[in-house]
Amino acid sequence: MSRQVYLDHASTTPLDKRVLEAMMPYLTEHYGNPSSFHSIGKEAKDAIDEARANIAKLLVVRPDEILFTSGGTEADNMAILGYARANKEKGMHVIIGAFEHHAVLESAMHLERKENFSVTYLTPGRDGSITPEQVVAALREDTILVSVMMANNEIGTIEPIAEIVKAVKASKVPKTPPVFHTDACQAAGVLDLDVSKLGVDMLAMNGGKIYGPKGAGFLYVKRGIKLQPLMFGGSQERAIRPGTENVPAIIGLALAFKLAQEERKEENERLTVLRDRLINGVLKTITKTRLNGHATDRLPNNANLSFMDIEGEALILYLDAAGIYTSTGSACTSASLDPSHVILSLGLPYEVAHGSIRFTLGRSTTQEDIDYVLETLPPLVAKLRSLSPVNVDAKYFA
Amino acid sequence: MSHAQPSTPGTQGDVVTKDGAKSWFYTPEVKEHFFHPKNFLKDDEDMAMFNAVGKVGSPACGDELRVWMQVDPTTENIKEFRWKTFGCGSAIASTSMASVMVTENGGMTLEQARGLKPQDIMSRLGGLPQRKFHCSVLCDKALRDAINDYYRRAGKTDKIIVESARVIDPVAKVTDRDIEEAVLEGAVTIEAVQQKTKVGIGNPSVLPAVEELIRFYKEKYFGA
Ligand code: FES
Repeated sequence: MSRQVYLDHASTTPLDKRVLEAMMPYLTEHYGNPSSFHSIGKEAKDAIDEARANIAKLLVVRPDEILFTSGGTEADNMAILGYARANKEKGMHVIIGAFEHHAVLESAMHLERKENFSVTYLTPGRDGSITPEQVVAALREDTILVSVMMANNEIGTIEPIAEIVKAVKASKVPKTPPVFHTDACQAAGVLDLDVSKLGVDMLAMNGGKIYGPKGAGFLYVKRGIKLQPLMFGGSQERAIRPGTENVPAIIGLALAFKLAQEERKEENERLTVLRDRLINGVLKTITKTRLNGHATDRLPNNANLSFMDIEGEALILYLDAAGIYTSTGSACTSASLDPSHVILSLGLPYEVAHGSIRFTLGRSTTQEDIDYVLETLPPLVAKLRSLSPVNVDAKYFA
Repeated sequence: MSHAQPSTPGTQGDVVTKDGAKSWFYTPEVKEHFFHPKNFLKDDEDMAMFNAVGKVGSPACGDELRVWMQVDPTTENIKEFRWKTFGCGSAIASTSMASVMVTENGGMTLEQARGLKPQDIMSRLGGLPQRKFHCSVLCDKALRDAINDYYRRAGKTDKIIVESARVIDPVAKVTDRDIEEAVLEGAVTIEAVQQKTKVGIGNPSVLPAVEELIRFYKEKYFGA
């Protein structure tokens, strides 16, 4: 097969070889259960303690504030459901971004539908940003929890979390400031996650998007915050997240996070150049295209582009046949046949969501890859447009 | 609630991924028609040669399909069939396949074409993933719309078959068509149909009628 260009790093990344190496001994030699009292168990316990300490150092928090989970989804669920349920006597109002990852969105919707909470969904601006003022305006006397993601997984917009947190904490409504959670799954390899600067109370992250293992993640929970467990059956992770620890995955997660943070500045610079080459190339050579998300406050690896008059699934299949792997916000690919809630939340028409393609670059992406995409894409778009009866006006999607 | 999908002979390529979402792959026939679509309308086509047009939009996913036909006025055979579609790979492949089926061997008569069912198109394609059924229904509907258009233009109004929607639940404003769509999307229990359409939620007296319709469409499309 000719060139293969994987541009779906926001879905998942391959495992870093260094990470795999660090994990291997814990799959074979050091197989102990960290809860056991013998030496084999102790070895495993020491290893996860060290991993926890390393992660805590990167976040500038205390090790006992890190709870290991099975990934970002569980960490988000734990934050939203766990906090709301344990603190409902303080109030029953929750604020989240309308374009949060489903792990946050559906947890909040569950609270709203089944557990009598009320939820405010913040509509982002057209470029996907949420402002501190708008969050403050949504606060109520009974608000106990606010959740806004650090960077959006689909459109790549980076949110001003530190400013939002500052404004929320400074507000006199409610009397005791609400707890602030952020989903940092897409930001972990890109942004500074120093919690002392961000000011957040909870932060969710996972390994599968930073060249670490899938099925591993953590939730940072500031000391003193009460969470109701979602699972029962052991005292691991302070009994908030029972179950034998996934030792190799935790070792891998900690190292992947460390490497991603160490290498992020250089990698961000490299990716930004490639990302902009892709965005500008597409906008220049293909008519009726638009960039979704913020032009500059965006993840260095994310280019979300809409190709008007065609449907995204058809385009990703054509791209797939050309060895280019991407994803789309089109309704046709989703199991529910609904277009991307992220793009719709920006106030953009259905057509923009249908024709949206997300290209997410990564460590393996080269300039040749981008040039290959720029050369392959125009004829495929032209071919699908020739099959399409739709011809929307340029004003409509601007 | 039952999440079991009805099994259908025409169904193929359904793969259940680890997150439970339906994933799929395409058969070689689908691929052939998707990558090399037949009979789509070209820019330089002489539009005067067509004497019937059909158009349909899918309420399911916002897709759109248009067809143009040239019908022999004496024999009422479909001589030419062109199309344009805004939709996924399955929509493109089923429309392309339908265009071949109605024009091959001298062309179907309008009455024969009316007898063409989404399942016929799907089985010629070697099957479509279950969640893509509605895409082949879309081109079937566009074909019917064009057949009616031909009869309308020819003044044979008695031949027009209007598939009008019947209101089932006036409170939720749900019609039999909405229920048909829901079943096609895989909602085959009353709970699943309610989740999609809200039928009978404020008006439980209509539920027996809804159940009957679900059974009817289930049999029609899934044959069980
Ligand atoms: S046309 Fe939308 S799923 Fe096939």
